[in-house]
Amino acid sequence: MQIVFEKPKALSDTPTHYCPGCTHGIIHRLVAEVLDELDITGKTIGIAPVGCAVIHFNYFECDVAQAAHGRAPAVATGLKRVNPDNIVFSYQGDGDLAAIGTNETIHAAARGENITVIFVNNAIYGMTGGQMAPTTLPGQVTQTSPYGRDTKTAGFPLRMCELLATLDGTAYAERVAVDCVKNILKVKKAIKKAFQYQIEGKGFSIVEILSSCPTNWGLEPVKALEWLRQNMIPYYPLGVFKDKEVSR
Amino acid sequence: MAEKVLMKGNEAIAEAAIMAGCRHFFGYPITPQTEISAYMAKRMPKIGGTFLQAESELAAINMVYGAAAAGARAMTSSSSPGIALKSEGLSFLAACDLPSVIVNIQRGGPGLGGIRPSQSDYFHATRSTGHGDFHMIVLAPNTVQEMFDLTLEAFDLADKYRMPAMILGDGMLGQVMEPVDISRGNNIKTYEKDWALTGTKGLRKRNVVNSLYLSAEELEVLNFQRFEKYKEVEKIARTENCLLEDAEVVVVAYGICARIAKNAIDTARQNGIKAGLIRPVTLWPYPKHQLKAAAEKAKAFVVVEMSMGQMIEDVELSIRCSRPVLLCNRTGGMVPTREAVLESIEKAALLKGEQNADSI
Repeated sequence: MQIVFEKPKALSDTPTHYCPGCTHGIIHRLVAEVLDELDITGKTIGIAPVGCAVIHFNYFECDVAQAAHGRAPAVATGLKRVNPDNIVFSYQGDGDLAAIGTNETIHAAARGENITVIFVNNAIYGMTGGQMAPTTLPGQVTQTSPYGRDTKTAGFPLRMCELLATLDGTAYAERVAVDCVKNILKVKKAIKKAFQYQIEGKGFSIVEILSSCPTNWGLEPVKALEWLRQNMIPYYPLGVFKDKEVSR
Repeated sequence: MAEKVLMKGNEAIAEAAIMAGCRHFFGYPITPQTEISAYMAKRMPKIGGTFLQAESELAAINMVYGAAAAGARAMTSSSSPGIALKSEGLSFLAACDLPSVIVNIQRGGPGLGGIRPSQSDYFHATRSTGHGDFHMIVLAPNTVQEMFDLTLEAFDLADKYRMPAMILGDGMLGQVMEPVDISRGNNIKTYEKDWALTGTKGLRKRNVVNSLYLSAEELEVLNFQRFEKYKEVEKIARTENCLLEDAEVVVVAYGICARIAKNAIDTARQNGIKAGLIRPVTLWPYPKHQLKAAAEKAKAFVVVEMSMGQMIEDVELSIRCSRPVLLCNRTGGMVPTREAVLESIEKAALLKGEQNADSI
């Protein structure tokens, strides 16, 4: 029998804990494919966040440090400064990266820390059961914005790529989405570029991936992707916000 | 005789760290410990090390977490309010069994407090360092020489027992200048770290540094195992004793207070009072056996500290409240005088051993 399709070598055989229809699985696979293609799993160190991806150390076949909530870029900094030849990436959600860890994110970028950040933005706190995130859209209903996010009292969502693009230390910032096959191919391309920039020592690279949370959005997986397309993409436009190579 | 170098206490800590092989220092400015960062900023670039001024204490301790996870000797330093911010990271370092050295040059509190010397973080260092069941090794120097020596030792103990170790100093020890023999720094032991995150290179299974255990059964076992290790660590508890053999009044003091107490017991002896001193060098593990042994001969204890009375609880626990224990304290950045300690010794000398201090 001939094997025609298999999982990337950088992914372990462990079944994931993610909910049905969750897009973390796709993103994990894309990161792993890039690790395989660049042949860097053996020198890569991942950072697991606090959030749904907290136990990603069970899934990636590289060394992994689990970090305190929001501190992944600081932990990545420590690891990278000790062994600059290692490839260090953090994998973080919106609450982790854009609320409790905003400071660490911005300053790692400002320092031009030569690390890669995979930022999964699904506009909600997933692990704790669906609370309002820093990226929850105006009017979006969550457990802690039961009448819809009221910008008068809860303020406005953060557009992290736009924010980070203003910093000189940011080498590459792109926003992509896992809503359809065409866009998923773009996600892979962006992740690969982000890792390549790190290999070339260009500085801080971030890929923001608009993603869905069917469970906490209360939508079927396909409808969740439609919701993402109709609501998130207009607020969070896709595209490259910073590319050191192009702007030079 | 080895050549001595005149150094500030804070500089002695920084130089000892470098001699111990620490090449990764992550700091954030706060008085009265900033000389450590300044020293590291000057030295690290010249020896291929990292000095990084982090965006916050939280970031600094988590950078230490990353560097320690990579197997490097890493350090951060701060003073009281900044150390409180590091609590999160300290708990994670302990939970992941990561060796690391943290320096607290204490200042007066609570809140922003002041910038004068204090010992009011004793509880934080030995009791409530962070959330969860854990300890860190806490060493308390009382001279600039000891700032140097104990920093060397902190790195060694941290690696040996795979746990965070703290140097608990104060603003006075940090700022004072004294001659230091740095020759001990030339003999450094290193440890194999096969658990470190350095990349599998395709040659081994992945290493993971993690403190999340969703299985309560598993987490309980791990906590019990860590506390078994702590039983071993408790053997390093030690004191420096002065004139203790025949002492009827035992003064217990650490850090700068111990130096003041040494003067006071000399004067007390001249005045005919058999006074002695126990200076805990390790605050965790606390030298409870040494205290208990002293209680067999002593009639009363005097605890001298720059807080509202924190270490006094460990003294009372160690001697099972079998003798009266008087507190001689200053707080808020004030330092006890020799005269005040002497007065407490004289008061203690009048007590009979079976009497409880509260009843007088």
